[in-house]
Amino acid sequence: MIRSEILKEIAPILNPHLVVCNIGLPSQELHMIDDNERNFYMLGTMGLSSSIGFGLALAQDKPVISIDGDGSVLTNLGTLPTIANNATGNYTLLIIDNGSYGSTGDQPTYAGMKTNLTDVARACGCDTVIEVQDKDLGPVLKSAIDSDEMTIIVCKCDSGNIKLPVITLDPVVIRHRFMEAVKA
Amino acid sequence: MNIDKKIVDDLVANDVSFVTTVPCKQLAGVIEEVENREDIFHIPSNKEDEGMGLCAGAFMGGKRPAIIMQNTAIGVTINTLATLTQFYRMPLPMIISYRGELREPVACQVEMAVHTKALLAQMNIPTYHFHWQKDVEEFDNILKYTFMCNKPVAILTDANFWGGYGDQ
Repeated sequence: MIRSEILKEIAPILNPHLVVCNIGLPSQELHMIDDNERNFYMLGTMGLSSSIGFGLALAQDKPVISIDGDGSVLTNLGTLPTIANNATGNYTLLIIDNGSYGSTGDQPTYAGMKTNLTDVARACGCDTVIEVQDKDLGPVLKSAIDSDEMTIIVCKCDSGNIKLPVITLDPVVIRHRFMEAVKA
Repeated sequence: MNIDKKIVDDLVANDVSFVTTVPCKQLAGVIEEVENREDIFHIPSNKEDEGMGLCAGAFMGGKRPAIIMQNTAIGVTINTLATLTQFYRMPLPMIISYRGELREPVACQVEMAVHTKALLAQMNIPTYHFHWQKDVEEFDNILKYTFMCNKPVAILTDANFWGGYGDQ
């Protein structure tokens, strides 16, 4: 499965929850599949999906899911020790690991070579790290969200993209409606 | 006057309850004060752009955030300031150790100091420079201004403000 197929499959699981979605194609795909006010689309700042989602999870009690990619986590690798050492049970980090920089033309990442992000997350001190194959993600994600334990999911999948338009929503609108959803 | 206590008192008085820090020798006292306050959740960051991401999330979660860092961080956070904090219009007080200014003992620090105000000006970031201890009196108003206008705001604090480095 490629990332857009995974997002289509897990969209009903994500729908009731606060989701911070990675820059580029992941946000565009989620926007096309199930746009709603509980989604925060990153329009810039590659690498910070995990940090933004984690800050949000620390600041309030609702479950938060950060959708990240292997390339983006490698960009902000310092995020994993921060998350590990300040764990909060309402946070789930979903790393969609297709071994490539999808939004820029599928150039290979080091996570697709010798670097194992599951091992990296564990070495950084994350207590619950689950590596899962794309087709098995749904139930794993659901139980991670439902559990009181912070979970890092590394979902292995194929690289590949679909053609779709950029998000034209104004960033302040994205932020405002998201904050209203947080308060609701 | 205890500057560290005054700065953190003002943060608390302005409902700032989420503070991320990247350390600096000059900021050690204020970071310790942040860590010791029950009204503030202190989360150290490994890099300043990561910290700005945490602050963005905390703000959307209903908390008022702040970041404490060195001016060298301006060099690594321009993209985050532009495409996250400014693009989504989020408030962020940045309490910045202004290394490389008067009484600085380390020559390399000057290399970023000479760019610091120019970069902040280029970014249209409101910037305040604390050089004398009495300048801290403005901090409360700067915090109110930051959360009024939903912008990142820089407070540069130099070695003279912190009382120098002692004998080196």
